[in-house]
Amino acid sequence: MSDNRISVAKTYKLYVDGKFPRSESGRTYPVTDSKGAFLANASHASRKDVRDAVVAARKAFGGWSGATAYNRGQVLYRVAEVLEGRREQFAAEVAASEGLPARKAQSVVDAAVDRWVWYAGWTDKIATVLGAANPVAGPYFSFTVPEPTGVVGVLAPQESSLLGLVSVVAPVLATGCTAVVVSSADRPLPAITLSEVLATSDVPAGVVNVLTGKASELGPWLASHGDVNALDPTGAGPLGRVEIAREAAGTVKRVLAVPEDEPDWTRRPDIARLRRYLEPKTVWHPQGV
Amino acid sequence: MSMWEYAPAPESREIARLKESYRPFIGGEFVDGGGEPLKSINPATEEVLTEVGTASSSDVDVAVKAARKAYDKTWRKMPGAERAKYLFRIARLIQERSRELAVLETLDNGKPIKESRDSDVPTAAAHFFYHAGWADKLDYAGYGPDPQPLGVAGQIIPWNFPLLMLAWKIAPALATGNTVVLKPAETTPLTALVFAEICQQADLPPGVVNILPGAGDIGSELVEHAGVDKIAFTGSTEVGKLIQRSVAGTSKRLTLELGGKAANIVFDDAPLDQAVEGIVNGIFYNQGHVCCAGSRLLAQESVVDELLEKLRYRVSTLRLGDPLDKNTDIGAVNSAEQLAKIRELAESGDAEGAQRWTSPCPVPERGFFFAPTVFSDVEQSMRIAREEIFGPVLSVLTFRTPDEAIAKANNTPYGLSAGIWTEKGSRILWAANQLRAGVVWANTFNRFDPTAPFGGYQESGFGREGGRTGLEAYLDV
Amino acid sequence: MATPTLPAELSDATRDETSLRRFLHGLPGVDQVGVEQRAAGLGTRSIKKGSKLWAIDTAISMVDLTTLEGADTHGKVRALAAKARRPDPDRPDTPRVAAVCVYPDLVSTAVGALTGTGIGVASVATAFPSGRSSREVKLTDVALAVNSGASEVDMVIDRGAFLEGRYGQVFDEIQAVKEACAAAGNTAHLKVILETGELATYDNVRRASWLALLAGGDFIKTSTGKVSPAATLPVTHVMLQAVRDWYVSTGELRGVKPAGGIRNTKDAIRYLVAVHEVAGPEWLTPSLFRFGASSLLNDLLLQRRTQLDGHYSGPKYVTVD
Repeated sequence: MSDNRISVAKTYKLYVDGKFPRSESGRTYPVTDSKGAFLANASHASRKDVRDAVVAARKAFGGWSGATAYNRGQVLYRVAEVLEGRREQFAAEVAASEGLPARKAQSVVDAAVDRWVWYAGWTDKIATVLGAANPVAGPYFSFTVPEPTGVVGVLAPQESSLLGLVSVVAPVLATGCTAVVVSSADRPLPAITLSEVLATSDVPAGVVNVLTGKASELGPWLASHGDVNALDPTGAGPLGRVEIAREAAGTVKRVLAVPEDEPDWTRRPDIARLRRYLEPKTVWHPQGV
Repeated sequence: MSMWEYAPAPESREIARLKESYRPFIGGEFVDGGGEPLKSINPATEEVLTEVGTASSSDVDVAVKAARKAYDKTWRKMPGAERAKYLFRIARLIQERSRELAVLETLDNGKPIKESRDSDVPTAAAHFFYHAGWADKLDYAGYGPDPQPLGVAGQIIPWNFPLLMLAWKIAPALATGNTVVLKPAETTPLTALVFAEICQQADLPPGVVNILPGAGDIGSELVEHAGVDKIAFTGSTEVGKLIQRSVAGTSKRLTLELGGKAANIVFDDAPLDQAVEGIVNGIFYNQGHVCCAGSRLLAQESVVDELLEKLRYRVSTLRLGDPLDKNTDIGAVNSAEQLAKIRELAESGDAEGAQRWTSPCPVPERGFFFAPTVFSDVEQSMRIAREEIFGPVLSVLTFRTPDEAIAKANNTPYGLSAGIWTEKGSRILWAANQLRAGVVWANTFNRFDPTAPFGGYQESGFGREGGRTGLEAYLDV
Repeated sequence: MATPTLPAELSDATRDETSLRRFLHGLPGVDQVGVEQRAAGLGTRSIKKGSKLWAIDTAISMVDLTTLEGADTHGKVRALAAKARRPDPDRPDTPRVAAVCVYPDLVSTAVGALTGTGIGVASVATAFPSGRSSREVKLTDVALAVNSGASEVDMVIDRGAFLEGRYGQVFDEIQAVKEACAAAGNTAHLKVILETGELATYDNVRRASWLALLAGGDFIKTSTGKVSPAATLPVTHVMLQAVRDWYVSTGELRGVKPAGGIRNTKDAIRYLVAVHEVAGPEWLTPSLFRFGASSLLNDLLLQRRTQLDGHYSGPKYVTVD
């Protein structure tokens, strides 16, 4: 390989409904590394892209939530396998985006793959853990099963471009919800590459939709959208979160309580995120002959 | 053969031990509230029952501080096993004073004595018994070891099940180690204030439970008070949205149990007579003042005529009248305001072309009564199919196929409850899975139990009450 | 097997064994918990004062005063007939019971003691209580009863055949008994005992009710009194619902008779409330509702005295017969 070779300049696109469209607005913005050097152009998603992504996510919800938990687990394990295969690329992008030394970046990527595997394994266990047979005082069989809440808007962390991203997207998918993700604005490359991974594993179109752009611009549209059921405002920042939470009240959305600052994503998560995207449904039936 | 008339069989109102006035309960004492006293009305007679002192905004502050002090000094430090014993005491005291509470509830709310006696009060006691047992077993609730309480819980409850909603709120809050400031509904504060007496009788440490009668403004004060860590609200979706907006961006935790427009789906192979019972129970229980009421009947076209004939006959046997009469099935609507709302929505049904059928039952001249009403030929687009009426008014729609039934049932921003009537097991489980509602009753309706989580999807709110799941609302997890 | 006067969907139901089976299995199911809850709910009705007295008098007038013991004698039957005529000798305004119910060989004794009183003589027949004999023996049993003057025949269905799914056989037998009730100029009414305690499910009770109604039973009756459980409120609910549904379909009023286990006034009033609210007020008459009972009558009489005297009465003030 010659040092003089002119590289192919990249303009990345959005990932919506299993396809890679440009932003409806036609806008792009330059992405740089942590030192300000140009990396690529990314699509700058608009509110109409949000609209299209929500339509895609809603369309995909029935199939994804209706798939067996085992099947969802298989699909998510498959994603982990493809992630693993792109370790080098992710490590380079994480290093560039986050300004991490190669070794550190590599360990972040490994943690991200492991995180994905951890959530993949939850698909067919979470209902056992959160569900219940209710010993009601009467001749009824009553049980409670957690069911996915629907379409989740995810404002991904701004800092942790891969591990943080995976930590907020994987639980959405594990529960059977579908996602509209707004990536880190300044560090979108790992999200874009993740889109390519998702597109080439067995994740059905529309289950995850990835928009690159500004959480502050797109978050309120997600928050007020009548067909979005829940919202993770992590990437909105403390100020943005207030506005988003207010907007979300108009349709009684579930809004995740998130810490002021990005948490240490390397810490092992608990199942709180899974719980937030699940609706306990209680079913009653008489017992008689 | 002469007709058989049931002689009046009224429960004695003396049992309620109604007092001339009631006062807010703060820091373990009944105190003079700074708010304008309100007159509590018996909705069945429109007579003033008693005067109730209300809280002012400074009372809210005092109550929240009392709750905070009780939380810091006593309640959070108390071993769960000790907290449990207080809850057991309260449960027992509710049972011991059950007749008094039932009659008082009926006087204040207008619900039939048979419901307050056989359902509201015993279920309220059951909630305290159930949650008492959790207080020292929270490690096993599935939220990790030693889950911590949130702090001071501000709780706002509606007028449809005054004591029962209080129990749904206070029992889990106390069991998990929180302290409480509760605002009962403006029109039904009395049983909550007797509950305050029960707290005194139980020697509950002062400040653990505070009861503030008042109107919506006091509710807002409570929601906005900086000393409150958690808001739990049961009421209308409209107010729920305001509360969610109000706490947005704060660290306050919120659970909401809001309105509903439940579909009760009757397939053509249903056990029809029990379906009729379920429909009647679903919409006429508690005068239809039930957030999870089965207010939309979705009947399969092949069975709708037979079902409606049976339903009308059955509804015509419902006895409407004096709520204190032990034979009354349908009591009074809680307030003139609610009655006006029911009338207005029913009139919109007429105007939009639905067919109104009203039970021929006699209606008392005084008091707020609305005869059981069934609208047929209702379409999805009509207001009576979409808006929560919160009264004894049923809207009947039809469907042809199971998919259509589900599509229509789910065609609402609400998602609290749903009913399924069919003898086919696989269809029950399929439909239960498809329905976007927090509670699904199959071949039954309006069943409640402290062990069974209750709460809604979508605009019916979030969070659950009851069961292990319900503890989450009061734990920092 | 078709009965020509019925609406088409009902006369078609009895065309052949297959149609009958299809019809009975096409009836809506009965949810056990639901019907029991409804029965318990109605059981909380509080019937006081004048409405209680009305209920007591009505219940007395609905009693089929029954003795069905191996040890029955002519003397016992005459004593029962006397009680039927004057349930409370101190209070001649007390209503008479509807009928006296005895075994076929004692019918003539009962008829002799009750002629001209308007009180019916009911006889169990068809190899009561088990019904386990040949058709011929059963019909001979019926003939004995009606030829001795019984005005009402309480037959038992062949539960074995029913549980085996041979509905046509049960249907034919009821029809044959119905014919025997009308043989030789007799006009005995037919009560069909389902023996619900042996039918095990409410679905079966509903099917058996319809089967009996289709075959021409004037009454459907819960039990022989020889099998536990005998009459229960929820079973009676299902049967009352059946006669109401029958009325809605055909315009015909048919009766219901719970029998066995109804021992006191409180229970009887619960049944009347069920009649009133499940079937309808039209059924509150001895021609459409009966109690098969023996000890019930004395409790009704005691409670009647309590209502009228304003103080509690005691068992020594009513006659033991």
